[in-house]
Amino acid sequence: MTDLILPLRSTGSSARKAFLAILWRDVFVTGKELWVLLIQVALTPLFMLFIFAKVLARQGFVSASYGHLLLPGIIALAAFLTALQSVAFPLVMEFGWTKEIEDRLLAPLPTTWVTVEKLVIATMRGLFAAAIMYPIGWLVLGTAPWRPEGIPLLIVVLLLGAWVGAGIGITLGTLITPAKISIMFGLILTPLMFTGATQYPWPTLDSLPWFKVITALNPLTYCAEGVRAAMVPDVPHIAPWICVVVLVASSAVFSVTGMLTFRRRAYR
Amino acid sequence: MADADGRTAVEVIELVKRYPKRDVNAVDGLTFAIREGEVFGLLGPNGAGKTTTVGILTTRIEATSGRAMLAGVDVLRNPVAARARLAVVPQRSNLDRSLTPRQNLTFHAAYHGVGRGERNERAATLLKQFGLEDQADVKVDWYSGGMAQRLMIARALIHEPQVLFLDEPTTGLDPQARLFVWDRIREMRERGVTILLTTHDMDEAAALTDRVGIIDHGKLLALDSPANLIKRLSGQSVLELTVTPAPGDGADALIAALVAADGVDKAERVAAAMPAFGPGNGFPGGFPGFGGGGPGAGAARPSAVATMVPGAAGPVRLRLYLTVEPATMLAPVVSLLATRSAELTDVHIGQPSLEDVFIELTGRGLR
Ligand SMILES: Nc1ncnc2c1ncn2[C@@H]1O[C@H](COP(=O)(O)OP(=O)(O)OP(=O)(O)O)[C@@H](O)[C@H]1O
Ligand SMILES: [Mg+2]
Repeated sequence: MTDLILPLRSTGSSARKAFLAILWRDVFVTGKELWVLLIQVALTPLFMLFIFAKVLARQGFVSASYGHLLLPGIIALAAFLTALQSVAFPLVMEFGWTKEIEDRLLAPLPTTWVTVEKLVIATMRGLFAAAIMYPIGWLVLGTAPWRPEGIPLLIVVLLLGAWVGAGIGITLGTLITPAKISIMFGLILTPLMFTGATQYPWPTLDSLPWFKVITALNPLTYCAEGVRAAMVPDVPHIAPWICVVVLVASSAVFSVTGMLTFRRRAYR
Repeated sequence: MADADGRTAVEVIELVKRYPKRDVNAVDGLTFAIREGEVFGLLGPNGAGKTTTVGILTTRIEATSGRAMLAGVDVLRNPVAARARLAVVPQRSNLDRSLTPRQNLTFHAAYHGVGRGERNERAATLLKQFGLEDQADVKVDWYSGGMAQRLMIARALIHEPQVLFLDEPTTGLDPQARLFVWDRIREMRERGVTILLTTHDMDEAAALTDRVGIIDHGKLLALDSPANLIKRLSGQSVLELTVTPAPGDGADALIAALVAADGVDKAERVAAAMPAFGPGNGFPGGFPGFGGGGPGAGAARPSAVATMVPGAAGPVRLRLYLTVEPATMLAPVVSLLATRSAELTDVHIGQPSLEDVFIELTGRGLR
């Protein structure tokens, strides 16, 4: 990664300008197509919330308090999934088909910085999705947990959760060709969504030890557990410091894999 | 490798590229240099390695070995600095479809650090210059191939690169658009921009470039100005004659006499297969016997084979391969024919073109 260091000396300011410009491009395009993002990200969690916490609760299949357990999980899922999808799908198309990204790869900044920019914008989108999930959830359920002292932890775990999603999204988006995009959905996204402790608290899984292990391997679990620790600490949850440590470690791992696969794709 | 007549803008030394999982080199030990302000043409059959070479020079493809310098920057070691100095118009559109045409220009300029006011101004000027003013704020998807190509050229110019790479910039353009692009290229040349152009259009290469490099299988086969390359094939400038030998004189004897003349390398008889319209006679020019009123004027028409019959008194078409300028051979040939009372009905000077050079070097086989 020599191209990370060299320009810092010689062309640092042009690289910084280029970084801000490509970030602004993505913010601009995201803003222009905000409704697409909203539909893409909000719909799945919204229906989940509606069916599990509203319909099933009304019918008496789940307790009325399940909504307060589910909403934090849904918020974590929205942050993670939005970050992942909103970077993975465009990357698959831009690298595999439209070649649109080439113009940004030809900007005077290191390729690694382009990856970092993608991480940043995807994380921002994830946080945005999490932020709108709260009022939407409140509207659906008619009530939502509110705990101001949990907000700092909430922000930290959501930020890290979105960052992990972004790293996974970049890795997938640069590994997968357009022809295999539906395989990605079925084989990777769905299992990720349902083994991430978003619909259930991890500590209560003792009766299903194998599933407890699988869930523990999914980074989304730590985001969901962290959000519950911040919003509904009465529900059993993994200790916040463990959540933060695991999330930091996974975001580091997936940032690096993303940088490597991105670079391999960008620089044949 | 600083040339006497200028500094070097692009230099490629022993460049090799082997794509993963391929067993041949796409670029195979390429070495050449482009002078500052030069328009350099890279010619080669499909798959010769042109796009790969451009890709390496524009930091998009990793070289397997070798060196590449651009505007004083080592492209392989310092790609970021190289990117600031170059622009590329790719073979395939890579416009940003999430942006309008105008935004494609302004964002590109922003990536390259052009300030807001300046980039809006430049974008407006370029859109106007490239005839895209009325279609500047529509969807890029609505653009035709030619419009997209013009927009990509405009985009390449907006950050004022020192070296411009054009990968088949006129493929798929209509004649007007092609001439328009040619004019822009000449204009940039005047402004001192160094240009590397790849093309399959030999007329384009001959018209625009100062020098061309012909490559095949990733190797450089020739590098010179179009004129010099053509001159190198000097044995191949040709003079084509349609002659009716005098009664009693045979075509073979005539050929022998012509070959004996100074400046004629070789002479052969060719089938008079309906040549082009001749000047002024309002009839297929070399039509055997026309105007001469010789025997078999009508009978020769159905088949060129008739002229191939040895000893026939009908007109024959001869091709002389010359070692000198064809024009200087006209007078000697005419007087030689006159002394043998042969009747000359059509003369055609065949100048070898860059295409002949290209075919000569790379063969006729399909890639
Ligand atoms: N991504 C790639 N992976 C593997 N091989 C490749 C790749 N791109 C090009 N090649 C091979 O490298 C060789 C050179 O290709 P290149 O695109 O540079 O040719 P070109 O001269 O630009 O041809 P054309 O005139 O058709 O555009 C070809 O044999 C091609 O098959
Ligand atoms: Mg090509």
